[in-house]
Parts: sequence; C-alpha cells; structure tokens
Amino acid sequence: MTRTTILSLPKEEYVHPGNRACTGCGLGIAYRIGTKALGPDTIVIVPPSCLTVLQGLFPVASTKLPSLNTTFACTAAAATGVLEALKAQGKEHINVVAWAGDGGTADIGIQSLSGASERGDDFLFMCYDNEGYMNTGVQRSGTTPQGAITANTPFKGKLQQKKDVAAIMVAHGIDYVATASAAYPLDLYDKIRKAISLDGVKYIHIHTPCPPGWGYEARYTVRIGELAVETGYWDLYEVEKGEFRLTGASAKTLTKGTRKPVTEYLESQSRFRVMTLEQAADVQARVDAKWSAYAGGEESRE
Amino acid sequence: MHVIETGNVAAALGVKLAGAQVVAAYPITPQTPLTEKLSEFIELGEMDARYVPVESEHSALGVCIAASSAGARAFTATSANGLLYMHEQVHWAAGARLPIVMCVANRAVGAPWNIWNDHQDSISQRDTGWIQIYSCDHQQIIDDTLKAFRVAEATSIPVMVCYDGYLLSHTYMPFAVPEQEDVARFLPPFRPSYALDPSAPANLNTVTLPEVRPDVHGELAHGYMEIRYLLQEDLRNAVRVVEETDAAFQEIFGRGGVPLVEPYRCDDAEHVVVGMGSLSYQLRDVVETLRAEGHKVGVLGVRLYRPFPDAAIAAALQGARGVLVMEKALSYGYEGALCSDLKSALYDHVPDKSRAPFVKGLVAGIGGREIKTADLAAALRSGLAGSIPEPNWIGIQL
Repeated sequence: MTRTTILSLPKEEYVHPGNRACTGCGLGIAYRIGTKALGPDTIVIVPPSCLTVLQGLFPVASTKLPSLNTTFACTAAAATGVLEALKAQGKEHINVVAWAGDGGTADIGIQSLSGASERGDDFLFMCYDNEGYMNTGVQRSGTTPQGAITANTPFKGKLQQKKDVAAIMVAHGIDYVATASAAYPLDLYDKIRKAISLDGVKYIHIHTPCPPGWGYEARYTVRIGELAVETGYWDLYEVEKGEFRLTGASAKTLTKGTRKPVTEYLESQSRFRVMTLEQAADVQARVDAKWSAYAGGEESRE
Repeated sequence: MHVIETGNVAAALGVKLAGAQVVAAYPITPQTPLTEKLSEFIELGEMDARYVPVESEHSALGVCIAASSAGARAFTATSANGLLYMHEQVHWAAGARLPIVMCVANRAVGAPWNIWNDHQDSISQRDTGWIQIYSCDHQQIIDDTLKAFRVAEATSIPVMVCYDGYLLSHTYMPFAVPEQEDVARFLPPFRPSYALDPSAPANLNTVTLPEVRPDVHGELAHGYMEIRYLLQEDLRNAVRVVEETDAAFQEIFGRGGVPLVEPYRCDDAEHVVVGMGSLSYQLRDVVETLRAEGHKVGVLGVRLYRPFPDAAIAAALQGARGVLVMEKALSYGYEGALCSDLKSALYDHVPDKSRAPFVKGLVAGIGGREIKTADLAAALRSGLAGSIPEPNWIGIQL
C-alpha cells in the first residue's frame, strides 16, 4: 500500500466550510477526509445523527455528494437498496457508503447492518463513534465507555462496558473491518481507499472526539484523539480477510512497547470526572491485558 | 392466457409483468408464497430483478425506499405484524414521494397471535399517505397490482394493494394473465424526475424547517408544512388518476370500470350494505337471498379506500334509506374506520340531512372468524328495520 501524505491528498473538497458541525467536531475532520478518499462517484446514506445536521437544513446542503437521509434503524438496508437499484440499472461504478453514528450503528442500526453483512452486500459502512447520542444532547449509547457521565447517566457515569462493534463485524466474516481515529486522518484515508477496492460489506469504525459531549475545549480534538491512541485506550487496526494488523500510530506503539498511562486520557475530559482511582486502575488493567494479547499475537506470528 | 392459481401467485405475476427491478421481502404468513414465487421467477431468469432477502420488514421497505430513490421500480409485500413493524417506513415512503408498490395479504394483528384474515393491519396504516386499493378476487389482484405501479408513478405516491389473507391469498381461482406486450403499452418504464446521481448531487429527505426558507439563490423553498400539504393535495387528486388509469387499462385489456366503488344491485336499493375485499363479493349472495324475499337491497364494495372516494360513495348511496357498513377492522374505542369515513362523506355530500340514510356499523370476521352467509343475511334483515343486534359483532359468542 502506498503511503498517503497530506500533500498527496486530493485537493477537491466535498464538504463545504461553514457547515453546521460544532467547533472542533471530530466527525467534521473524518467526513472531510473520508469524502476525499471516496471521490465524486459516491452516494452517501445517512441516518439521523450529527451528520444529518452537518449536511445542512433544506434547501441548503453542505456536501457535494448525493445523499439519502433514511430512518434510524435501516441505514444498512438503505445502502443495500441504493446498491441494488444501481446494479439493476447497470451503474456499478458508484461507491455506496453509509455514514452512521454509534447509536445508528451499535444500537438501533445493528440489525440491518448484521443482515446486510450476512448477505454480503457490496458497500462501505462507516461508523463515526462519538460515544453517545450527541445530537439529542449527550445520552449514553452502546459505545459510551464505562465511567462516562452523560445526560442519562448523570451522577454515577455509565456502569457498563463499551460495546465492541468492530469485533462483532469481524465475527460476520466480512472481508474488511478497520478502526480509525479522526486524529489520524491519513490512516483513515488509506483504510477507506483499501475498503472500497474490496467486495461485500466493509466496516470502518472511527473514534471521533466530541468537545461538547466529552467535556474538553474545542481546540483539543486532535490531541484527545491522539491521547486515546497513545495510551492504548483506542487502537488503530485492520482485519483484512481475517488477518489482524495494527496500523499507523498503534503499530508504532506496539513496536515501541511503551504506552502513556490511561489516566492522561481520562483526566483530559470532564465526562470522566466521577471515576474513582480504582475504576481508572481497572481501565488500565483492561488496556494492559489487550496490549499483552497484541504483543503475544505478534510473537506467535513471528 | 387464463390460469388457475392462488391470489398470491396472481400478485406475483402482476409484479413480474410490471417489471419491478428491486424486490425486498421478509417472510410472514400469509404473504410468503407471493415473494417466494418472485424469488423463483428471478432465480430462473424469467424476471430481470434484484431479490433482497432482508432480515426484517422494516428493512424490506427500507431497501425499497432507497432503491426507488436511486431510480428503480421497487416492490415489497407483507401482512399483519410485518406491516406494523414497517410503520415508520410506511410514513417515510409517502413523505419521500416514492412510487413503491406493496401488496398486503390482510391478516389480523397480535396480540394474541392469529394468522387468519381481517383488515386491521392495512386499515391501521390509513393515515400514512399511501394509496390503498382493496381487491375482491384474483383477477382484481393481478390487475390492481399492474395499475398500482402506473398510479404510483403518475402521482409519486406509494400504493398498497390489499387482499384477504387465505380467502384470496391461498385459494385457487381462474383469472386472465395479461400479455407482456400489452403491459408494455400500459406501463412505460419508470422514469423518476430525480434519482440519486453523483453527477447531480442532492440531499434527499433532509431536515426541513417549520418555516419556508430561501435557498442559496435567494428563492423561497418549501417548509415541512408545504411539502406535507402537497402530499395531501396530490393524494386527493389521485382519485382522478386512479379513474384515468382504470380507463386506460380497460381500453387495452377490456376489464375494469369500477376503480373507486363497485355497486351491485344498488340502482333501486332501499338498503345498501357496504364492505371491502372478498366480503363485498360474499355479500352479493346475501343480497340475492334477500331480494328473493322481496327486500330491495344492494352491495357497495369500496375498492379505493385512500384517497377516500367520498363523492362517489355519497353518490352511490343517493336515495338509500339505510346503509349497513360491515368491516373486518375497527378504530378501537369508537367504530369501524370505514363506517366513520362513510358517515363523514354523507354529511359533506348530502345537504338535506333529513334525506340522509341511517348508517349502522357491523363488525365481522375478526381474526378469521368464519363469516357465515346465513349470519350475514340475518344481520341484514334486522338492519333493514333499522335495528342492529347488540353486540354488533357478527358471530360473537360471549
């Protein structure tokens, strides 16, 4: 795979400046870079989410790609519908791409996503994970991490673990599953380019820091995203035809063998303000166990 | 060509002849044999379409909505709880103005579970903005399915073709199958005014504000209310489109002529019984029995339920002394929806209220309870005298 640099990114912009995303929106970065990777021959499917707002209010649109807004639960089915209609009309060169939030993917959207994955329909499903129902005012979702204060976990923080959607997608046996981060746009770009070259459902799960939802100053979005990866709390990887591989900064972290303590990440956001030291230690232990497995996996492959 | 086949196969043949390009479906009794048949046609190469075996009815209509938005002729079918599970998408398809056609093999809704026929499933979708047609026999099922695509595409409004589960879906009847070249004259290929297209990007079904709003060129664009008003206007005008479509069909195929309501011996009738679907044909036998007894009675079958053909119904009931409405569904807490709609039509169209007929509602065949022709006759006889036995559910045993 050729390595993409900032200078080699296409100059064409598909997301206009001045759109309705919040200042410092992680999705804003991911969507801008992601649409560059997809190019002009693309149809986007969008369930209700922050992206609905980013794309503009009728009759104004902030993106230059045809876009179909769907009901919340049927994003993947809608992608199938567009795909099949294009096939029926002999227009097979167009990328069909679903862009859903974490609620639209992990919670209400998982049935149709699972159905389409099992059928092997040929489209790319992007989940931008801001770890909660941010568009409705920051409620917990299946991917909200343990310990996070949200509007409906107001005092104790979320008690349950984050749902691992990428692992669920790997279990479907699809050809390509990747994780990414808005803080590492070139890694994201390369993964999208690879995904659209493959058949069947492809799934990319993007960690997208959210200033109002996570409780940090808007200028720190990239820093927060980097901290998640540098602490090993969030990992960048891809699973291509069953082969797992850490990528970019996470691959380097593994080689280096050292990670920043997760408290650096947790302390950077006010949503984790009620976590106890014991809870933080528990998070650290789980992150350590995950990375030991990565290291073991590396060794066993050698 | 004439065949002897089930109602579900009649619908499937109609969809095949119409050249649907994308079919998405989830199994549910008693619809299932219809979409199984379509999967057969497609796998055998007899029908050039994409068949999507989705994981739910919500996704079935989701696939059709998206396929139609991308320019394909789309079809699905369902029954009962499957239709209820679609409900959000049913509204969405109409709001997005997509000419999808859906067959509903009518079945009772849970709870408790019941797989047999009544009309509660489609009647409860009355207010979604779809056109609803009720077929009374197999010939009407295949013909209505073909007409549905033309009406849908002429109005940009989705159409539901409803027919009784088991009573029509699973029974065998002879019917004529139109020739493909005649269908080609009747139903041209689907040419949407806009379909999702990278060379002409548009953001479909996006958030639309309560107020009108200028676009980037300064021209005022519709608000949500204008968009919804146009759906209502176009749906009201669809009565005319249904009539025109039926006339065009009749010219080519020689069948039709009763697109809105189907009167039987109503001309001199003092009392008219009103029903939908196969019940309206069963009532013809009852009318014959009562006519032999000297009663001047007739049947009015309601073929188009939404948009409601209020003027045609009021005209057909002109001069009747009494009207009995027999329904396989009701608006729980009040009465049958058709009964309410019919009374409302009479109120609007009969200026002299002293000349308006009395209207009584009856409920029959809920959850597939057998509708005995003798019971219908008995109910009609008491109805002629203006009295309905309570409770007004025919055949109820409490």
